[in-house]
Amino acid sequence: MPNNLLEIRDLHKSYGDVEVLKGVDCTMQQGDVVSIIGSSGSGKTTMLRCINMLEEFQSGSISIDGEEIGYEMAGTQRRRKKEKEIARQRALTGMAFQQFNLFPHMSAVRNVMLGLIKVKKLDKDEARAVSEKWLDRVGLLARADHFPGQLSGGQQQRVAIARAIAMNPRLMLFDEVTSALDPELVNEVLQVIKTLAQDGMSMLLVTHEMRFAYEVSNRVIFMNQGLIGEEGNPRDMFHKPKSERLAEFLKTSSFA
Amino acid sequence: MGYTLNFAAVWRSFDDLLLGLGLSLALAFGAILIGAVIGLCTAFGLTSKNGFIKRPAGIYVSIIRNTPILVLVLFTYFALPQWGFRLGKIESFVFTLAVYSGAYLAEVFRAGLLSIPPGLREAGLAIGLTEMQIRTSIIAPLMFRNILPSLSSTIISLFKDTSLAAAIAVPELTFETRKINVETFRVIETWMVASCLYVFTCSILAALMRTLERHLALSR
Repeated sequence: MPNNLLEIRDLHKSYGDVEVLKGVDCTMQQGDVVSIIGSSGSGKTTMLRCINMLEEFQSGSISIDGEEIGYEMAGTQRRRKKEKEIARQRALTGMAFQQFNLFPHMSAVRNVMLGLIKVKKLDKDEARAVSEKWLDRVGLLARADHFPGQLSGGQQQRVAIARAIAMNPRLMLFDEVTSALDPELVNEVLQVIKTLAQDGMSMLLVTHEMRFAYEVSNRVIFMNQGLIGEEGNPRDMFHKPKSERLAEFLKTSSFA
Repeated sequence: MGYTLNFAAVWRSFDDLLLGLGLSLALAFGAILIGAVIGLCTAFGLTSKNGFIKRPAGIYVSIIRNTPILVLVLFTYFALPQWGFRLGKIESFVFTLAVYSGAYLAEVFRAGLLSIPPGLREAGLAIGLTEMQIRTSIIAPLMFRNILPSLSSTIISLFKDTSLAAAIAVPELTFETRKINVETFRVIETWMVASCLYVFTCSILAALMRTLERHLALSR
């Protein structure tokens, strides 16, 4: 039997005394588009950040294509993998952030090229060609030589998505990528994500855009107080919520 | 008693002053170059979460910043040889000024590092860069842009500090000026010309740094 693309088992994570994730299980197959919804503080973003080791976690396991992420056993002792190995594993996933996080001293195309050159070891010309292809895909080839400060929020986020996806990740992680955008700029970013989904990119999205989650995902996960409260296909989740918590949450969210 | 200004004697030795100025610049350049490397490493140390790195970096900075530079210069040149660390006059001074500037630059760099949003490091990690690659490709260049204004005044300060090399008879501008003063007795003229040379050179340095600042400014 082939490995699951993503497999999370009994994930626990605390900040000091505060337990944010209390045993999360989750699996994804190749091509899945999964949205994580839930109120703030429910652990959505933390879960996403554990997958690429931007957060450490105390117990449980995460694997991608059967390869365990971040930790290994040395005898009976669980320890963090070597920094180089973690860097390699991080490149298995791509991530887009709420704040875009483009490198402000590099043009759009250079932002995309950096990982291709430093991590994928492409030469400059190849890296530029790949980067331009992806900038074209997000509709920003004409802005390739603009600096982040010269781009609108929506454009910056599209460059950031191109930067992540040019690395050819197995799984894309989107962390509330439209939350910092002006309302009129949200759509262009969602459109890009939708196209990627249609092309078969596997993705895991933390989002507050309920309508979008409904349209784009084949599965929705509702997180509640550090646990998965409910999951299922979007139609059931949004129209026939089983738990009171989810019904309550949907009522207060923008989904209508 | 009138004092008639007469620069003739100074002009006759003007070449010596220029050579002295050249040496001053060379001393500053060498020291700042080495100091920048020390300062950058120390700044990463100061911002590190690891106490074994952070503590020594902090101790270095506070010892150096709380000792007058003239004392450091004399200590390195006269005291260290007693412990077998013997350097020529010029090397000894460059060494001292490098260690001294390292501590000051470390503080300048540290402020620059703190001004970089942590999200950029995370974005680098997310595409698979190592911490070292993030430092060299993202953090250091951004920090450098952020600190240019304060770096500029630190560099000018350090250039002026080269005048202290006169204390150990390094033939830089101040030393040469004193020599000409003693030989010609034109007290006012010699020190006036020397001051002008310092002012002139510092203005050029400041202008160069401003040009660099404009050139590297992030477009927003």
